[in-house]
Amino acid sequence: MSEIAADSWSEFRDGLVELSPAMIAAAPIALLYGAIATSKGLSPLEVALSSALVFAGGAQLAAIELWTNPVPVAALVLSTFLINARYILMSASLAPKVAHLPFAANLVGFHVLADENWALAERRAARRRITAAYFFGMGAVFWLNWVLWSWAGTVLGPLLGDPKRFGADFAFTAIFIGLVAGFVTTRHHGIVVIASALAATAAYVAVGSPWHVLAGAFAGMAAAVIFWREEKTA
Amino acid sequence: MSIDPVTLAAILGMALATYACRFGGLMIGGRLAPTGRTKAAVDAIPPAVLTAVIAPTLLATGWPETLAGALTILAATRLPLIGVIGVGVASIVALRFLAGG
Repeated sequence: MSEIAADSWSEFRDGLVELSPAMIAAAPIALLYGAIATSKGLSPLEVALSSALVFAGGAQLAAIELWTNPVPVAALVLSTFLINARYILMSASLAPKVAHLPFAANLVGFHVLADENWALAERRAARRRITAAYFFGMGAVFWLNWVLWSWAGTVLGPLLGDPKRFGADFAFTAIFIGLVAGFVTTRHHGIVVIASALAATAAYVAVGSPWHVLAGAFAGMAAAVIFWREEKTA
Repeated sequence: MSIDPVTLAAILGMALATYACRFGGLMIGGRLAPTGRTKAAVDAIPPAVLTAVIAPTLLATGWPETLAGALTILAATRLPLIGVIGVGVASIVALRFLAGG
């Protein structure tokens, strides 16, 4: 019993150690979100509620960009769906690796599946079995971190001034670069990344956000299929 | 502390759209065991999506972002994540200053 508890504790701690850079990087983004949302007229309670229920940084920032009065509900929901459509694919990819965990727990756990903790879970699943203490512990802490910093942004935002002055907006970009680098272990993956970057940029310039996310995703997948060789999976 | 009904509707709509994606994947994933080219396509999703989200910032914003991105990518080949963020934030602040922004 105590061994199991010790194992759970060490699994939970592993998750926190792996997650800590992402938590630090998420803080300024959540602060930024809270600050901008406040300037758009959302109350602190509405900001905290949106972070708790939506829990998707990219989609929330995009929604705040689109936020006007009257509130364009349909456009916000569509934009959110397009940006978060990647979660269908990401969840599908992770699902078999957490299928041994209780289903009811996964229903809650997948609500807090974000880019960062998903990438960490995928990386860990490649090396060892995912445990409940690792997966749900990391998810709960990441969720709490996001909600609390978002709320803090509604208080601190007006005092901080322009977030760009501190490069806070680029922390988001840097963490994505770090996460992508973790996936690029072969030349094959390098081609996927280049195809995605070019297609996403082209779509962004030609059509605009959030279509670049889908364009990049499908270009990367297409490149993977085109450059696939038999021996890779043999 | 207040909640506007239209704002609440927007938040709930966004929350449902997002959870549907996460839940949908959970439902699909358990039943699929892709192999060969299909597996290659599925395996490409993570790096492709993460790249797509940031590509416009790096390639279609301005030279400080592009150059800071290049430095950050270089950092990502040899530093842990927290160092990568440090290099990214420091270089963007310096380069935007040089750009006169």
